[in-house]
Amino acid sequence: MEIGLSHYLSVAAILFTLGVIGIFLNRKNVIIILMSIELMLLAVNINLVAFSAFLNNLSGQIFALMILTVAAGEAAIGLAIVVTYFRNRGSIAVEDINMMKG
Amino acid sequence: MLTALFFYLFAGLSILSGVMVIAARNPVHAVLFLILAFFNVAGLFLLLGAEFLAVILLIVYVGAVAVLFLFVVMMLDVDFAELKSGFLSYLPVGLMIGGVLLLEIIMATSAWVLNPAISKLEKNKVIDESITNTEAFGRVLYTDHLYYFEAAGILLLVAMVGAIVLTLRTREGVKRQDIATQVARNPKDAIEIKQVETGKGI
Repeated sequence: MEIGLSHYLSVAAILFTLGVIGIFLNRKNVIIILMSIELMLLAVNINLVAFSAFLNNLSGQIFALMILTVAAGEAAIGLAIVVTYFRNRGSIAVEDINMMKG
Repeated sequence: MLTALFFYLFAGLSILSGVMVIAARNPVHAVLFLILAFFNVAGLFLLLGAEFLAVILLIVYVGAVAVLFLFVVMMLDVDFAELKSGFLSYLPVGLMIGGVLLLEIIMATSAWVLNPAISKLEKNKVIDESITNTEAFGRVLYTDHLYYFEAAGILLLVAMVGAIVLTLRTREGVKRQDIATQVARNPKDAIEIKQVETGKGI
């Protein structure tokens, strides 16, 4: 059985959906939300690499590398904010994050 | 045949571990399942012929990002059971929205077909079978996409500076080295010479 482009797109779609559901289910825990975002970025990477392979064009893999960079920076900054926040408030529950009254 | 077998193995395991990431009670287990998901997606990348990205995914995600997550989860003293409390009440709405989203994406990707003219474009034939994926990747990255590459470097630098600035703190009561004061000391201020008579203390 031939594995086509749509197989990879389906896997990516399921992983992306899992990321979205994860944000809804763990609305109190910032760390799990960040992990769900990582999962969604990973799904996007699967899409880009699959298109790159099936269209014989390396640009998709370049895009995937850029997303990898952004994901790494986002995780570093996000976790730094979580650590700073925990230092100030002693909690990382999302509903407590209202100091700026935005 | 073997490719299909490995595709279903990697895809199934990555989806299962994705489910466990969002459903695990213990966040440490969630991070470990995230690592498993990254490993399986790296396998999928290998099947697609993107060896360089597969290895980079393992190095960057597993080696840096996931370990950073693990580090923060273990370092923060948080009652994670309390944070998990609203899980079941959000389950119906989450599943509903997720189901609708998945349905939409699957419908969009299955109804969509590749324009047949696109394969005829000569410009698209940049994947050369005679060189390795890493070499082809490098040839494209350092020529056509050089500015993106440099922008990524600057982005990482800014992220690094930002993370350090956010988490650095100067504590009170910690003795630090102060080079200027140390250099400015001279023997006159620092040393006092006393003549002690024999048989007497100071």
